[in-house]
Amino acid sequence: MKHEEEDSRENEGMDVNTASLTRRDFLALTGSGLFLFFWVGPLELLPAQLPGRPSYSSDFNAYLRIGPDGRVTCLVGKVELGQGAMTSLPMLLAEELDVALDSVDIVMGDTDLCPWDMGTFGSLSIRQFGPVLRGAGAEARAVLLQMVAERLNVPVERLHVKDGVVTDSSTGRRVTYAELVQGRRIERHIGRVAVKPVSAFAVHGKSPTRRDALDKVTGKAKYAGDILLPGMLHARILRPPEHGAVLKHVDTTIAEKVEGVRIVRDGDLIAVLHKQPDIAEKAKALIKVEYDSPRATVDDKTIFDHLLQNAPQPQVVSESGSLTQGEKLATTIVEETYLNSYVAHAAMETHSATVTIENDRVTVWAGTQTPFSVKQQVAQALGLAPENVRVIAPYVGGGFGGKSASRQAVEAARLAKLAGNPVQVVWDRREEFFFDTFRPAAVVKIRAGLDNAGGMIFWDFKVFCAGDREAKQFYDIPNQRTVSSGGWGGENPGGLHPFAVGPWRAPSVNTNTFARESHIDTLARKAGIDPVEFRLKQLTDKRMRVVLQAAAKQFEWKPARTPSGRGVGVACAIYSGTYVATMADVAVDKDSGNVQVKRVVCAQDQGVTVNPDGSRQQMEGSIMMGLGYALTEEVHFRGREILERNFDTYEIPRFSGLPRIETVLIDNPDVAASGCGEPPIVTMGAVVANAIHDAVGTRLLQLPMIPTRIKASLQRA
Amino acid sequence: MQRTISFTLNGKPTHAAVDDERMLLWFLRYDLGLTGTKYGCGEGLCGACTVVVNNEAVRSCATPMKDVAGKSVLTIEGLEQGGKLHPIQQAFLKHNALQCGYCTPGMILSAYALLQKTPRPTAAEIVKHMDENLCRCGSHLRIVEAIREAADSKERA
Repeated sequence: MKHEEEDSRENEGMDVNTASLTRRDFLALTGSGLFLFFWVGPLELLPAQLPGRPSYSSDFNAYLRIGPDGRVTCLVGKVELGQGAMTSLPMLLAEELDVALDSVDIVMGDTDLCPWDMGTFGSLSIRQFGPVLRGAGAEARAVLLQMVAERLNVPVERLHVKDGVVTDSSTGRRVTYAELVQGRRIERHIGRVAVKPVSAFAVHGKSPTRRDALDKVTGKAKYAGDILLPGMLHARILRPPEHGAVLKHVDTTIAEKVEGVRIVRDGDLIAVLHKQPDIAEKAKALIKVEYDSPRATVDDKTIFDHLLQNAPQPQVVSESGSLTQGEKLATTIVEETYLNSYVAHAAMETHSATVTIENDRVTVWAGTQTPFSVKQQVAQALGLAPENVRVIAPYVGGGFGGKSASRQAVEAARLAKLAGNPVQVVWDRREEFFFDTFRPAAVVKIRAGLDNAGGMIFWDFKVFCAGDREAKQFYDIPNQRTVSSGGWGGENPGGLHPFAVGPWRAPSVNTNTFARESHIDTLARKAGIDPVEFRLKQLTDKRMRVVLQAAAKQFEWKPARTPSGRGVGVACAIYSGTYVATMADVAVDKDSGNVQVKRVVCAQDQGVTVNPDGSRQQMEGSIMMGLGYALTEEVHFRGREILERNFDTYEIPRFSGLPRIETVLIDNPDVAASGCGEPPIVTMGAVVANAIHDAVGTRLLQLPMIPTRIKASLQRA
Repeated sequence: MQRTISFTLNGKPTHAAVDDERMLLWFLRYDLGLTGTKYGCGEGLCGACTVVVNNEAVRSCATPMKDVAGKSVLTIEGLEQGGKLHPIQQAFLKHNALQCGYCTPGMILSAYALLQKTPRPTAAEIVKHMDENLCRCGSHLRIVEAIREAADSKERA
């Protein structure tokens, strides 16, 4: 606590909880660098601050520093998972500070050096954190300009800045940021400063090479499992055969005889430690262990009935008009039930952590999306104050929501304490499947009707166990209701799911979009109207019309009633303020049930685009990853035993499934930058289902659309 | 069996006193600290641990040390020559053909082995050769483009 007390005393008005960057640490970090310690009121765009909880620092110095050489360091608690924040966030800072982009360095995901951050998820790095970082840059620039104006004794309006050089436009006199501050500590604040208007952008819209690319193509990029420390031991942890199994008997005598092996135990945490991971694994196999296993109740086939029977009380998400009235006016009613299975995150890097403890000072390198939460968890597990724990998220080998939970870091910390040595925990692929927080299996029931003019007259949407995000209808239907029961994460009653579920790239929205856009397509078929035209008929949302028409133009969509036999499909979605329309062209082999997605066109309006190529990388990645849950990915289980153990049974997308991908970015400078890391993935289930329907005339109601389900649906037809 | 295995690693003669059944992945990562070779699945199913042995892409997690005796092993750390990136590395960089980067060393070394054998592969040959290398971020499109470009640049060179 000492650090924080010092800091809060020195820097009056600062919330103690925001003082994650202490003065002493800052000194260590900056060397002779500039301190800009002026405390300001909260930036207006910050999320509501919760009392007693950490929040985003209102001091812009937490996010940036300017060195005596003029180089700028951007400090953010976000993590580089592959999504490109390391490349795009410095663009925002360079834009607001008016410094050259290549003069900005970035430090990410280090709880000692970087200001508190809630975690890297939800496509929030640009949409929600971007305004924080831009605000910090804008205010720093304004302070620096004011200082130059005073030094030159000229009005601030006469000054302009380029590449960190401030010039008086009348006299041509110049002062650089670096010489202005000369390592001095400056305490000044001028309150909130407006960020640049879109018309003044000079850095937005550039597509620089990824900052992590050189490290990653040379093998120099370090992930948590690449941290090798003197005296470090690798841990292989004893795992139950299924969730809920209780340890009955364990005998480690033979395993202990393996040379160099240490076995440590703390309650149910039993681990084999060795300086080589493969020897630890072999020794672990020598442990004799018995568990009492719970009786299997559900499996991957019966789960949907189980969910419907045990789902919590439904809540109305939105309602307008009258369903009763709508039903009366309907001449055609379509009712369907849509299912999707549990799916795994299956990042290529398994959960990994390396921990060293020196004099009660803990350093954790963890593959995590939430380093600041891990800091709290590790402190709690070890009985230490949080300031004794430093968490560093180095490069993270994919997250997708699966590394929001970081149990491996706590395991490594507990084992390092027990062993008195640095410990590395790298889950094997089986552990990765076992402890994954899966995307929940879910059920959506939709009942909807057409009036005698072929327009949608009512829409009754009920989602069970996926959550209500973006469940609300965006087509204009006069009588509609959306109801949600349960959620995508921990908000469900105990026992609803047989194992952990959690955020999976675009939580809720893959499920809700698959059902909604499949059902819309069926209604279009019943109405005998081309599915694009059918959608546009009841769509007044201008942004959605624009993306749909842009996708149709790029795709060269030719209107036809479905099924046309061509194998083309469309799906639309809104995801946290980003609009997306996707079209696909598929070939279905009726004999094998195999589907090849040949081409995908995706148009996206994410408001202002920071980094166009970075956005396209995310769109392409979303499309490719989405083909997995659409066509192949499904977690099989028996009771609480996870049957997926490796990539031989859990089939993720491969090169042979790569379609031609075309992305269209809609230029929309009137809307603030929103997220781009998730939106296209939500359309992939429906766009493929709709294209399959167009090809062969049958409607797949369950994800993934594996060959046996396709063949079964063809036989039923 | 504990014995000394001699082989060439990234162009340098190497003698390793090891259990000859030990998997090459562990030796590279934890005896030599060559952490560019990644653990992904441990069963030769994902390709993250791919290295090149005598111009063939192999899975180091499923290759015992005895299998590399007398052979030439190339890891991602050995691909740069004289501080200059290999054309495949250059092409991955230029196309931003990676996201999380965890599969990237394996992708690049698989592509290297392909281009050794087939200097001008068709798109279909690239897809076929790379199909056992998994990428979860979905950089496939750019990886194929990067390999095509590297093949072109090698042709010119």
